Amino acid sequence: MMMPAEKSDNLFCSLAGLVDERKTSTTVDSDPSKQAVKISVRNLNFFYGHHQALFDNTIDLFANQVTAIIGPSGCGKSTHIRTYNRIFELYRNQKAQGQILLDGEDVLSPEMNLIDLRKRVGMIFQKPSPFPMTIFENVAYGLRLHYRIGRNELADRVEMALKRSALWDEVQDKLDRPGTELSGGQQQRLCIARAIAVEPEVLLMDEPSSAIDPVATAKIEDLIEALKEKYTIVLVTHNMQQAARVSDYTAFFYNGSIVEFGRTEQIFKKPAMKQTEDYITGRFG
Amino acid sequence: MHKLSTIKTTASSRDQTRADLLFRGFTALCAIGLILIVVGIFIELLMNSWPAIKKFGLSFLVSQKWNPVPGIEEFGALSSIFGTLATTAIAMLIATPMSLVIAIFLVELAPPRMAGIVGGAIELLAAVPSIIYGMWGLFVFAPFMQDHIQPFLGEVIGGPLFEGPPMGIGILTAGIILALMILPFITAVARDVFLMIPNVVKEASHGMGATTWEVTYKVVWPYCIHGIVGALFLGLGRAIGETMAITFVIGNDHSISASVFSAGTSIASTLANEFTEASEPIYLSALFELGLVLFGLTVVFQIVAQLWLRRLRKSTGGRA
Repeated sequence: MMMPAEKSDNLFCSLAGLVDERKTSTTVDSDPSKQAVKISVRNLNFFYGHHQALFDNTIDLFANQVTAIIGPSGCGKSTHIRTYNRIFELYRNQKAQGQILLDGEDVLSPEMNLIDLRKRVGMIFQKPSPFPMTIFENVAYGLRLHYRIGRNELADRVEMALKRSALWDEVQDKLDRPGTELSGGQQQRLCIARAIAVEPEVLLMDEPSSAIDPVATAKIEDLIEALKEKYTIVLVTHNMQQAARVSDYTAFFYNGSIVEFGRTEQIFKKPAMKQTEDYITGRFG
Repeated sequence: MHKLSTIKTTASSRDQTRADLLFRGFTALCAIGLILIVVGIFIELLMNSWPAIKKFGLSFLVSQKWNPVPGIEEFGALSSIFGTLATTAIAMLIATPMSLVIAIFLVELAPPRMAGIVGGAIELLAAVPSIIYGMWGLFVFAPFMQDHIQPFLGEVIGGPLFEGPPMGIGILTAGIILALMILPFITAVARDVFLMIPNVVKEASHGMGATTWEVTYKVVWPYCIHGIVGALFLGLGRAIGETMAITFVIGNDHSISASVFSAGTSIASTLANEFTEASEPIYLSALFELGLVLFGLTVVFQIVAQLWLRRLRKSTGGRA
């Protein structure tokens, strides 16, 4: 997409402004070397059959930080994070090569227990995906899978998860209603509650707000801000304002490669690569 | 070269609203025609069975006497109803779990090529005419039942359900043949239902750390139950009215026995066997009333299915 230069510069300024605005309210340790690496990806290649979709992705994701993954459609953003919990393995012909270390453990190794991995690495999808059961049961789903707990504790944990996902006030009177009855934005927060109920370590969010309205999106973004205290969050988005607003680090993907990775501030204000600058200023994408 | 102006526009001859009206009228006519046919069949059955209804009253439904000898005719539908329900029940008992397991295998577990081959075979099974099932049942399957299955069941399980001489034919054999006949229908519909689940729902469930079984049982199943029940009732509808195959292997005996080895009859097979013999008007009328009973049974099953689905929908919410 081409834009008149004037307009794209404005967008660039406003994005940088967004970063500034947020930095004044939150203090983040600015020295990356001091932060713990949660996920360490080395030379990750990914194939759909014979088609290679990711090329030598290497990236470190820091614990309790929000890392945004941006880039044009089809550049491999979703493909990349779908390797972290090996959800791609549901499909034949898809395979990943390379190394993904979660706290030093090799995610792609055959010895990795898939069930345990997916308990530790939760995922939120683009389309809200409530299960065909009540609101309560939706949140209790993972708890019932992974823990043997009594009814009272189950109820407590469901309540806690719903509170942390900022949905409790809206649903506390109708926990026995089907999850599918909620609005799109509520459904997405229900999915977040479902994911965090099992106390994961990492939350993968694959364009979580692209299918919902702006007000609901704002709620999800506030939520991401609050959740990073407990979780390491990876956020795929093609909304650059969103990346600028909520993330601490940003990775720019293009054609299956990581073009640039750095602090969100730096990526949006002083991108090192021409391609990154062109993308965030709207010259293509 | 054509000039645009030489081509006449058709706008004047095409009246939008009139065309729409015609189309709507045509489709409505077809839909109403369908209702009229069903109502017509019902009225015809009722009129033809009226003499029998008048003569035997309610006892027709509870009596198992079936005596077509002219002068002392006495007809009761109970043995036919029993045979119909018993064979249908056996068929559903066998076909339901089998077809659901096959459908899940085809959708979730089988390699694509194998799913294609098995899927094709199942569709082929559905295309086999029922008379072939009947012949196969009588000449191949019934002897096999007689030599192997029935003696085995009689010895190992026994009891009132599995007693009596192994004759090969009978309620059980008919039920198993029926199961084979409805299996492809239930499987095909169930497979399509399973295929309709959005990938994201399955991914979300796997993403929570569920095993394939847990995903199937806890998420896929409730998501699909509406369609599955539909598939089952499609099978049930076929089983309850199936005629030729049953006529071959059920034994055609107007009696009721607890043992599934014994010969029996079903409404459809009674009709198929006896219409040609029905010389007396009251005999014919009794057969029509049997037909009316079968009609009523299918309607009742439909209503039960609809009510059940409505309740399910309430408990699982919108989608199911």
